Amino acid sequence: MNLLEIILGKLSIDALPHESVTLGAGIGMTLGLLGLIGFVTYKKRWTWLWKEWFTSLDPKKIGTMYLIVGGLMMLRGFADVIMMRLQQALAVGDSTGLFPADTFQQVFSAHGTIMIFFVAMGLMFGIINLVIPLQIGARDVAFPFLNSVSFWLFVAGMVLINMPMVLGEFSAAGWLAYPPLSELEFSPGVGVDYWIWCLQIAGIGSLLSGVNFLVTIIKMRAPGMRLMKMPIFSWSVLVTMVMVIFAFPILTVTLTLLYLDRTMGMHFFTADGGGNMMMYVNLIWAWGHPEVYILVLPAFGIFSEVVATFSRKRLFGYVSMVWALFAIAFFSFIVWLHHFFTMGAGAGVNAFFGIMTMIIGIPTGVKIFNWLFTMFRGRIAFTSPMIWFMGFVFLFTLGGMTGVMLAVPGIDYQVHNSLFLVAHFHTMIISGVVFGFFAGITYWFPKIFGFTLHDGWGKIAAWLWSVGFVLAFGPLFVLGLMGATRRLNHYDESTGWQTLFIVAGVGAAIIGLGVLAQLIQIFVSVKARHARRDTTGDPWNGRTLEWSTVSPAPHYNYAVIPTVSERDPFWEAKQRPSAAAKHPLYTDFTMPKNTGVGVIIGALSIAVGFGAVWHIWWLAIAATLAIIITLIIRLSDDETEYTITAAEIEQLEIQHSHKEHHA
Amino acid sequence: MHKKLRLALIILLAASFIGVAAWYISTLPIAVLNPQGIIATKQYNLLVFTTLLGLVVVIPVFIMAIVIAWRYREGNHKARYTPDVSTNKLAETIWWGIPIVLILILSIVTWTSTHDLDPHKPLVSDVPAINIQVVALDWKWLFIYPDQGIATVNFVQFPVNTPVNFSITADAPMNSFWMPQLGGQIYAMAGMTTQLHISADAPGDYRGVSANISGEGFADMKFTARASSQTEFTQWLKTAKAAPQHLDTTAYEALRQQSIANPVAYYSHTERGLYDTIVMKYMMPASEDSESTGMQHQHEGMH
Repeated sequence: MNLLEIILGKLSIDALPHESVTLGAGIGMTLGLLGLIGFVTYKKRWTWLWKEWFTSLDPKKIGTMYLIVGGLMMLRGFADVIMMRLQQALAVGDSTGLFPADTFQQVFSAHGTIMIFFVAMGLMFGIINLVIPLQIGARDVAFPFLNSVSFWLFVAGMVLINMPMVLGEFSAAGWLAYPPLSELEFSPGVGVDYWIWCLQIAGIGSLLSGVNFLVTIIKMRAPGMRLMKMPIFSWSVLVTMVMVIFAFPILTVTLTLLYLDRTMGMHFFTADGGGNMMMYVNLIWAWGHPEVYILVLPAFGIFSEVVATFSRKRLFGYVSMVWALFAIAFFSFIVWLHHFFTMGAGAGVNAFFGIMTMIIGIPTGVKIFNWLFTMFRGRIAFTSPMIWFMGFVFLFTLGGMTGVMLAVPGIDYQVHNSLFLVAHFHTMIISGVVFGFFAGITYWFPKIFGFTLHDGWGKIAAWLWSVGFVLAFGPLFVLGLMGATRRLNHYDESTGWQTLFIVAGVGAAIIGLGVLAQLIQIFVSVKARHARRDTTGDPWNGRTLEWSTVSPAPHYNYAVIPTVSERDPFWEAKQRPSAAAKHPLYTDFTMPKNTGVGVIIGALSIAVGFGAVWHIWWLAIAATLAIIITLIIRLSDDETEYTITAAEIEQLEIQHSHKEHHA
Repeated sequence: MHKKLRLALIILLAASFIGVAAWYISTLPIAVLNPQGIIATKQYNLLVFTTLLGLVVVIPVFIMAIVIAWRYREGNHKARYTPDVSTNKLAETIWWGIPIVLILILSIVTWTSTHDLDPHKPLVSDVPAINIQVVALDWKWLFIYPDQGIATVNFVQFPVNTPVNFSITADAPMNSFWMPQLGGQIYAMAGMTTQLHISADAPGDYRGVSANISGEGFADMKFTARASSQTEFTQWLKTAKAAPQHLDTTAYEALRQQSIANPVAYYSHTERGLYDTIVMKYMMPASEDSESTGMQHQHEGMH
């Protein structure tokens, strides 16, 4: 081994992109990044970014950064969609379409990985950060510094997954990288290693967030908020965080074993040497199935809040809703085998997992009925969050039906790995998770930013997404039944699939218009932010605690921690106005100081991942040591908090009320 | 009135869209809905039954969603408004109860059908079955007829109304063996054997594919499954037996090298026990020098 190899590992000039599509994407990304850096420098905003945002431990700011990163990654993942839809609409017969097989396979592998880990998870933790402390009447999360570390690990993973566009290649083995295809024998490049390390680092961030928010909800609820008086969104997050804590360690271990196979010549999942590829498939789905519910349960929670608020009615069947959450969470851990009935397990095993899967349909169905009966005899305001909800009800119910079909092993044999399956899980994730998060972001936006989003553009977006969705995925259901498998970079003309693929492409374009409408919505709203200011703190006639504080919520959330005695505390309080506004009794409290340690750990994690991907061992080891040292230094620091005195709070509150009067 | 008009327009648009879509779909050759074998037909029936059962929930939900959303819209002051009602024991029992009953029915159907359609289970028939061994290679399908001694690539033929016993493995990344009109699908995994039993009802050429990504040439990993009369099948066997190529260790080694869109090929003689050798070589202890290249110790396994 020569010196250069020791210093640079597998890295060489060949790692730069030399294939036109990747090259274009790489150049585009680099220019975009340089442009952004130039813009911030020109505007002299670096200090502001660092002090107000990067080093902030305020969950509302961390949540906002999650949303921004998640939103940008959605655009990246959607660019992948356009490439896939174009390829499959064009590559018929002799035509190879736009890309060679390998590039196409990298594109869909990246699409799946990005959409789940860096869009859905990012938006989810973003919303949780924004809302949970406010909703349970807390000033902060249980471990504010850990929260910052989680976010910067998420960013580190995001950087690593985008790096293959300029350096090396991404995995071409699908979003779950089944061995033996993902083993060194069949994927000798760095692609799978990039995949492993971007997920490993982001996954550890998710696990830490899981611990953080579980403890936050258990320990930091406002006085009087017993568990069964907690808003249902908080309940959904509580259950979700328990699932994160159980599921994510499985991912961490599985990725580690695959990496050991690839670098140390071990044989956990190889075909030979005593390895077992199906062990990997079992493990990855033992994480992967709960993961789907980890994404969708918070979205269910959001819909529960949105429907109750805009129907101006209590949530129907609160107790049912809580038990349904628990039932879904429990069963989600014992259904993983339905992702591979075709492995050839015995009939008894397949039937068991099939039946367990169907059982999940029961609590999910109950939730749908409860939402509909929340609307029943309500006064429904069809704001854009409600339009997202209506789109969800129709699409998700249909998707659920196809899910029950897939749960029957006899049917699954005929649709597994086909586009029918692809259409099914996109129905669940787009209508359930994505629509839910969009509804949630619109709903809580004024609480965080102090002004509402333009409702008209939101409605247009919801309609475009819903209609586009039907056109994009309806054809895929049919194609699947026609025998079209997923991940085909080209197909024969005799199959007769092309028309349907073109329709699917048109559907994707309509969804693209929906995304455009959302960008316009944000632009229009920001531009008119003064006119759109929420001066009341309660723009929707809300029910839960977060609407009782001013908008935007101050960094300490509540000047005085509220006391709760019933389920919809703020709604109840509004029903019987108290005699006179009491003079609030302020007391001193402490808040965490900003710290850049999270950013440093994130940056070092990129170095660890980069070193591990390219076999630059000195870098990986040095960065790991640096992380440990940084943590020790941070944990030895006793001056991480500052006190806000009662007098200061009184001043701040007077300022807030002044601002409102002026507005 | 304006709102009602808009609603009517939306419903009309949706209905005509569904109409056009349904008409177009009815003109398409949909493999899974047009089964040509006993297993695929049973699977199709199961699909129809489950869909109908699902619609028992889906249709009421759709109707309820539309009616409730329309009736209790903010502008309709004639509708009752009960902001504090949040529970109703009877109603909640009904919608825990109905799905439970439906899932119970479906569970029973699932249990019996899963055992009935177990891919390991041989088909019952008066006609003696044909044994075919399938090996997924990079990126083609090898079919070995152990009783006839012949082997084919990317083409498989068998008589109609005859049970076909497929034994399936891989000497490559994992693939999935699927013939949409005849039934399926089952993974092809190195070092393991899975089974699939099917029988074709009608003569014809059926598409066969790999349904699981296995690398660069995966999209071209297709084969034709021809169900023919017994006489045609016997005739075909004769032609295959006249093929000049033999599938011995060397020929197999050449065949297993990566190739995309491999043309159909015939081998008149196959080395005895080749399939078992392919499966078993992965069971051999890894030798020192065979780190991650299956090639070397594969030779050791063969000799």
